[in-house]
Amino acid sequence: MPTTAPSPKRSAAFEQGGASFADATASDGALRRFLHGLPGVDAVGLEARAASLGTRSIKTTAKAYAIDLAISMIDLTTLEGADTPGKVRALAAKAVNPDPTDRTSPRTAAVCVYPDMAATAAAALAGSGVKVASVATAFPAGRAALDVKLADVRDAVAAGADEIDMVIDRGAFLSGRYLKVYEEILAVKAECGRARLKVIFETGELSTYDNIRRASWLGMLAGADFIKTSTGKVAVNATPANTLLMLEAVRDFREQTGVQIGVKPAGGIRTSKDAIKFLVLVNETAGEDWLDNHWFRFGASSLLNDLLMQRQKLSTGRYSGPDYVTVD
Amino acid sequence: MSDGRLSVFKTYKLYVGGKFPRSESGRVYEVTDSKGAWLGHAPQSSRKDARDAVVAARKAFGGWSGATAYNRGQILYRVAEMLEGRREQFVREVADAEGLSKSKAAAVVDAAIDRWVWYAGWTDKIGQIVGGANPVAGPFLNLSTPEPTGVVTVLAPQESSFLGLVSVIAPVIATGNTAVVIASADAPLPALSLGEVLATSDLPGGVVNILSGRTAELAVPLASHQDVNAIDLTGAGGDAELAKELETAAADNLKRVLRPSASRRPAKGEQGEKGADRPQPVDKADWSADPGTHRLTAFLETKTVWHPTGALGASGSSY
Repeated sequence: MPTTAPSPKRSAAFEQGGASFADATASDGALRRFLHGLPGVDAVGLEARAASLGTRSIKTTAKAYAIDLAISMIDLTTLEGADTPGKVRALAAKAVNPDPTDRTSPRTAAVCVYPDMAATAAAALAGSGVKVASVATAFPAGRAALDVKLADVRDAVAAGADEIDMVIDRGAFLSGRYLKVYEEILAVKAECGRARLKVIFETGELSTYDNIRRASWLGMLAGADFIKTSTGKVAVNATPANTLLMLEAVRDFREQTGVQIGVKPAGGIRTSKDAIKFLVLVNETAGEDWLDNHWFRFGASSLLNDLLMQRQKLSTGRYSGPDYVTVD
Repeated sequence: MSDGRLSVFKTYKLYVGGKFPRSESGRVYEVTDSKGAWLGHAPQSSRKDARDAVVAARKAFGGWSGATAYNRGQILYRVAEMLEGRREQFVREVADAEGLSKSKAAAVVDAAIDRWVWYAGWTDKIGQIVGGANPVAGPFLNLSTPEPTGVVTVLAPQESSFLGLVSVIAPVIATGNTAVVIASADAPLPALSLGEVLATSDLPGGVVNILSGRTAELAVPLASHQDVNAIDLTGAGGDAELAKELETAAADNLKRVLRPSASRRPAKGEQGEKGADRPQPVDKADWSADPGTHRLTAFLETKTVWHPTGALGASGSSY
């Protein structure tokens, strides 16, 4: 099966460094050989590396920079059955102006909602520069027919979503049908049009680090603009170790193909301290090029409040409290 | 040692969020008895420990303030039971910390346990004393009830390391507040041991958080902390300059402030916060005296509800 070049801009870069990858995706067997030929992950080494990078002390001006950067990288998320248009509008207002008491605070990168709320979010965010991200493809389980998933994506794009967060078919991935996953991502990418595609692996369901590495490469080969850890709906979400592994993958992918791909850890990142640890991982693994909200995002909701409280502490010298940020 | 057994030294630790952490800063300081002999090392908390303690106290507030007053009373009584079981240890620690004889220290510990029982009894009675139905000129049932203020920072007395400590913690939590306590700087060991008692008394983690260290270093960030609702300045009584600075910082988010001079012996027969008695310097405060209810009422907010009863005269039927 020939590789469909996801976008014209991208194919040029692809041909130069990544000619061999066209073979890798030629058949189910070839894809399996390629993914299983990736070097195995040293789990102990990976976790030790992630833990040691988490011990860096980031203070004063560096901390202020990191907090503002982290705020600007947030995909402010609400993915609840109880979401109402009012809640989405309130969240959009918060994304545009996170701290009403301090207008110097940066905006978040995007607001992330379900497809049926994308239009509401797009209307509320019009002209603000904050993007609308919408989950799609039968999020979070991804258990639906391909047609249904594609219709879900079309809806979201038509409603004004700038970014689509899709979930992979973990059942297919875990049973070794890699080509099915690959083709599904290609099909979704084709529906996205100008919207950027984030591919969610649900790392908590992939069992092993080797699988996370394989999924990362599979997603990147299929044309993901972002690879994302998880949905936030399972017990284990983004951890420093699995994010580090994905950062290594995007770094290696750019070295070999010249194509830069973003990373988005999502779920479980609640404190400024955690967020800053992730930024350290980004800087030390992928490099400074990724320290920008075009290439790195946090999928989070309560994280923003903690960042704002820390920001208030830095600017006033007093510890802030939950009474001074919104209740989401 | 003569009997061939190595001595087991105790590592004193903080009590924050129901756990026993060391100070985040890794610092400790030497604690000596009244004659200067070494007793142990206590953690020297930093402002970040104070911040963590406030987070723990805030987290515990919902559950503790929402518990029934009766249940809080049962738990406080349980604390007294646990203290009784560790009486010997506290007698030793108080004797060392305050330079008292064994018998005097025992009297202090007994008084502290009794104080705890006394406040345990108040949990489901204070509502009747300071709340109630108000007569109003209109068709309303008008009720006032006291509610806890929130997270209270308590500067424990510097001199009375145990009886004074108990006398400032128990009333704060009896009414449903949660507390961040800064122990006496020179005699923190009884307070740190009290943490071990609280941890085994069904008291939910975070309701009382005990920090040891330099009082000013911890009190300043706590006084300006926006998520602290009240501050008891008892332990700053010997330092008027510090007390003033803390009260100024506390004004920023309108914290309730219990001034050090407010600690006083109530007039004879007095129960409430009213009464024109003379304040006295806290360092001379007689902690063995009847404490009255003013420490209970200092950290309460009055909630009043107006409930319409319908027009007067319209409620009864004519037949």
